[in-house]
Amino acid sequence: MTAAAAPAASPASTGEQSGVRLARSRRNAELSLLLLAMVLVAAYAAMIEAKALDTITSDFWVPAAALGLVFLGLHLVIRWLAPYADPALLPAVALLNGIGVGFLRRYDLAQAAPAERADLAIFAGTGGRQLAWTLAAVALAAGLLAILRDHRTLSRYAYTLGLAGIVLVMIPAVLPGRFSEINGAKLWIRVGGFQIQPGEFAKLALLTFFAYYLVRKREVLSLASRRVLGIDFPRGRDLGPVLVVWLVSILVLVFEKDLGTSLLYFGMFVVTLYVATERVSWLLIGLILFFGGAYLAYLLGSTVGGPFANFYDRAQIWLDPFAEPYDRGYQLVQGLLTLGTGGLFGAGPGGGQPTLLPEVQTDFIFAGIGEEIGLFGLSALLVVYLLIVERGLRAALAVRDSFGKLLAGGLAFTLGLQVFVIVGGISKLIPLTGQTTPFLSAGGSSLMANWLLIAVLLRVSDGARRPVTGGRGPAARPGGGAPDQLHGAPTEVIRP
Amino acid sequence: MPELVITVARFGFLILLWIFVFTVVGVIRRDLFAGARSSRLVAAPRGVGASTNQPAPPGKPAKAKRGRAAHQMVVTAGQLAGTRITLGEAQITIGRAEDSTLVITDDYASARHARLVPRDGQWYVEDLGSTNGTYLDRAKVTGPTPVPLGVPIRIGRTSLELRP
Repeated sequence: MTAAAAPAASPASTGEQSGVRLARSRRNAELSLLLLAMVLVAAYAAMIEAKALDTITSDFWVPAAALGLVFLGLHLVIRWLAPYADPALLPAVALLNGIGVGFLRRYDLAQAAPAERADLAIFAGTGGRQLAWTLAAVALAAGLLAILRDHRTLSRYAYTLGLAGIVLVMIPAVLPGRFSEINGAKLWIRVGGFQIQPGEFAKLALLTFFAYYLVRKREVLSLASRRVLGIDFPRGRDLGPVLVVWLVSILVLVFEKDLGTSLLYFGMFVVTLYVATERVSWLLIGLILFFGGAYLAYLLGSTVGGPFANFYDRAQIWLDPFAEPYDRGYQLVQGLLTLGTGGLFGAGPGGGQPTLLPEVQTDFIFAGIGEEIGLFGLSALLVVYLLIVERGLRAALAVRDSFGKLLAGGLAFTLGLQVFVIVGGISKLIPLTGQTTPFLSAGGSSLMANWLLIAVLLRVSDGARRPVTGGRGPAARPGGGAPDQLHGAPTEVIRP
Repeated sequence: MPELVITVARFGFLILLWIFVFTVVGVIRRDLFAGARSSRLVAAPRGVGASTNQPAPPGKPAKAKRGRAAHQMVVTAGQLAGTRITLGEAQITIGRAEDSTLVITDDYASARHARLVPRDGQWYVEDLGSTNGTYLDRAKVTGPTPVPLGVPIRIGRTSLELRP
């Protein structure tokens, strides 16, 4: 008896260890990575002061410490509410956000008169505002984690969110230009001195709706098809929804004059569709539709003008920025020169000339940072973005329901696409459009929306990695009862 | 500030930036290998595990305990293919209902299709009166049936297996 019990006990105990190993929460790894990120942010601030002020003030560490406290708060909330969430997401985002705040403060230093530089208050200027926005955005993310205990709850509000998304997208388009237009793009709601960019939030709402809709419809979208040249194409009537979204994104392009946002919405939908159906044909159809539409808008812009003229302008600048280097092409040319000045290793934090670059605090922040940390540092930041997207996709792979898969996959892809659109724009790979660089650019709307996105990813990854506990299905005592008792247990419980 | 200090700090910062990146990658790598190692365990030569291929008679749970315990459920086919669930003490419900542990969106699955219940370290599969039935390998599941490691449970177009 004892001989039989001994071998039975040992595999079970090692197995339990491996079970624990697989389901580790890894919160301590997150904490140490977060501390490392905050050390980096503090070092960045110190070097900026050393270079720009020739001395390091005694309170250089205050913004980094304030950020550190906020992120630590979020870390504690995650420990409490989402203990199995992905450990890499928070530190990676915290680093980007911290570098962003540091650079904006550096921009304020460059703007201020030399005599006033040393005693620039912490919450003053663009950097200070960004710091305050970060506090608000992180609090919002923590709030979402608290309200949303299971990502599947979101699917209940899918249609409401979809409608809200469309409305948010359309508001700036219908508002008169003086309430919604900044630098030629109608993406804003401006009330008094206050402005928000509703499209940033619409992104999240629309994606939730797409994920829900496609989970419902994916059978018909992926089964009914015709095979042409080895690729399965969907039936004509199933093209409806993709055509509607395409039309909406073209309308955005025309009325809000923003290629980036339109590309973002459309790409988001096509990729979610592709993830849902595993059909390459959707990607092909999407690419053809988008490039066809953009080319058509370009042609219309050159002949008809009117609402298409802005896009035509941008495309012209993109094709040859040096044609009018002091006029229309000024911003892009300055951006390229800034990146060129940075070279491989950059001028060192605080060593650049960010004031020479228009919009360096928003659209061109990546070029501004690049001047000071060079290609070597910029590629590190790009890899950090890549890691965030990878963790999102990983959560999508691991989560146990289709809605969660589409939601996390779509959100991660959207973040990646947004980075591509803006970094591609400033490096002249694609026509420049006024997208924000997630977590770096100055601006509360973008920061809040992206932190909410991260909160949803954290929630999904927590759901994916959490070991199964507590029966959520038909009531049954876990592990209780002999097999014959189980046989008599209720087999179907229908809940309203 | 001496120029030398600033230059050293400049490169130090860039190196620290990359150290951060590689530390994050290190954390993620261990995460990925946690899954890889357990799938290697499946392919490893089976000493004790060989006996688990024979379904243990339902009346003798003691015999079922002799094999390695299942610690993961892996979806091997269907729309959720690749999904792993770390098994704990709690039962696993499978079906189209949103509150199932494994939510299958499959026309051939019922809202509450089947469940997996642990008992003395052995997992039992039980059909919850589904329309199209649950199959353990080729056999239709009628009552609570012990599930050996690596034998597919089929529900509609989805297959799942228990892994150590």
